[in-house]
Amino acid sequence: MNKKTIVIFLSFFSPLLYAQNYPSGNSLLDKIDANMSSETTIMTASMQVNSARATRTMTLKTWMESDKKAFTEYLSPAREKGTKMLKLDNQLWLYSPSIDRTIQISGHMLRQSVMGSDLSYEDMMNDTPMQEQYNAVVTGEETINGRKCWVVEMTARISDINYYSRKLWVDQERFVPLRMQLFAKSGKQLKEIALSDIRQIQGRWYPMKTVYKDVLKDGKGTEFTVSEISFNPSIPGNVFNKSNLK
Amino acid sequence: MKILKLVFRNLIGNGLKTWLNVFVLSIAFVLIIFMQAILQGWDRQAMSDTVKWEIADGQYWNANYDPFDPFTLDSAVSIIPKELVNQYETGQVEPVLIVAGTIYPSGRSMPVLMKGIRAGQQLLELPTSLLMNPTDSADIPAIIGSNMAHQSGLTENDIVTLRWRDANGTFEARDIRIAGVFRTFVPTVDAGQIWLPLDILQKITLNSGKASLLVKSKEVSVVPVDGWNFKDVDELTRPLRETLRSKTVGQSVFYVIFLLLALLAVFDTQTLSIFYRQREIGTFVALGMTKKEVMGLFTLEGTMNAILAIALGAVYGVPMFLYFAVNGIPMPSGTSDFGVAIADKIYPAFPPKLIIGTILFIILITAWVSYLPARKIVKMNPTDAIKGKIQ
Repeated sequence: MNKKTIVIFLSFFSPLLYAQNYPSGNSLLDKIDANMSSETTIMTASMQVNSARATRTMTLKTWMESDKKAFTEYLSPAREKGTKMLKLDNQLWLYSPSIDRTIQISGHMLRQSVMGSDLSYEDMMNDTPMQEQYNAVVTGEETINGRKCWVVEMTARISDINYYSRKLWVDQERFVPLRMQLFAKSGKQLKEIALSDIRQIQGRWYPMKTVYKDVLKDGKGTEFTVSEISFNPSIPGNVFNKSNLK
Repeated sequence: MKILKLVFRNLIGNGLKTWLNVFVLSIAFVLIIFMQAILQGWDRQAMSDTVKWEIADGQYWNANYDPFDPFTLDSAVSIIPKELVNQYETGQVEPVLIVAGTIYPSGRSMPVLMKGIRAGQQLLELPTSLLMNPTDSADIPAIIGSNMAHQSGLTENDIVTLRWRDANGTFEARDIRIAGVFRTFVPTVDAGQIWLPLDILQKITLNSGKASLLVKSKEVSVVPVDGWNFKDVDELTRPLRETLRSKTVGQSVFYVIFLLLALLAVFDTQTLSIFYRQREIGTFVALGMTKKEVMGLFTLEGTMNAILAIALGAVYGVPMFLYFAVNGIPMPSGTSDFGVAIADKIYPAFPPKLIIGTILFIILITAWVSYLPARKIVKMNPTDAIKGKIQ
């Protein structure tokens, strides 16, 4: 075996040999889902929408049960106070106190922005575990904010999905994504999500601050800051009742 | 004839008062014709442009297609029906696929309707030959109207990112190249719209072989097709006609005011004439004329104002009408933003129906206004009238 053959051999097989040191993508997704998802969650958060003209901040409280049920109430500002959203499986209702009406948001309305933010109703509703939606492959290691991360590339395994592929930077110790990029089918990046202020809550690591940014347009994006969160609390069944909207 | 001569002499004898009435009435007459002519010219141009650029001889709409509900666009597409495949292949039916999307010019998002049409089609005026993509560029060629170019700040050969969702709801984004900017006065093919090659749009949205509507040529007849509703030119241009009609009502306020002023002057003159010319009226009756004949004489005298006004109006109106009919009336820039088809210049149309109709209208309404005060003559006592007693 001459020198050239060895070089070719190494250059061809070394990524495969090296890749064997990476965890499997799916096991990583399992760990992320275990960290980020819980049977029930109650969360108080603020959402800061930075548009080209102004910045608006809203506070909200959310009750969630698995990925099927969610109830959100806006607490401030006065203009949005009392607005409530109820998600039951694939259905979403919105109650607006200003018109005292409950509206069912369905079909293409779900693709509209929530309160002018960079998130659509669909984005907010989509809590399906990533494992069910994507095939994941760990492709490398990088450092984000001083934390060593696995780089995970995910490709949709189902056709009915918003983003065809995603790229994640997952903290190697805490198994929390610190950065996410969402891509169109053509490979064009559409959104950038930065997760920070990782705290240990009830034995799991959780990002308290998330910044969503539509990379195709200018602006600072939407900041979502969790002020209080509890995992697996008991939630009375009537919280997820339509009568609770009014 | 004698009565006509007498009427004419009386009118001329009234001097400045008559000419003042005649002048004001002539302005109303010219104004009515001119305003109507502008609207008719505009109507004619808008209809003709809409047919040429958008609807040809009618459209087959997908049963779910509702142009006023962009949220239903994705469900309003289906395969080109087999009954129309032959017409499609010969270019007598042109499919248009409509999908909602967003463009990002200069870092801001702008919702658009992506419309797919065959490159090089001949049925509509759209310069779709520009969609043939003669360059080797990987970017998708697109054409936009001048209004859209103005709103988005895009110019020819600009590259802009276009984002949409395919039939499965998955986001997709590609760069498109503005292959051309066309100038049209039909906002419904321009504002907020991007025209792309049909085959590419079908492919990238996973709507292969599908369309939202089919534009029909006048060379083929209408075929009933399940799941598609045919809309003829009359139905498709109804919103445009209704817009123009509402503008006609708005404009008519101005010339109704002018007309009222003129008619008020005629009415006033008639009332005064009858008051001051009681002796004359009594004398006419004494000489053998019936009261009704005298009333007819005064009504004719008032109506003659309208005839003189038409003659005077023709003196300065005809050259003015001719000038604008040939050179057009320039419209201020930005009028296309109104959402109604307005060309750079409007050429007023003066169909005989309009002119004859307006003449008859003015004569009849002046005759009626002249008749109202003249009715008093019938109630007059001829002896008292000769004596000049106020009645």
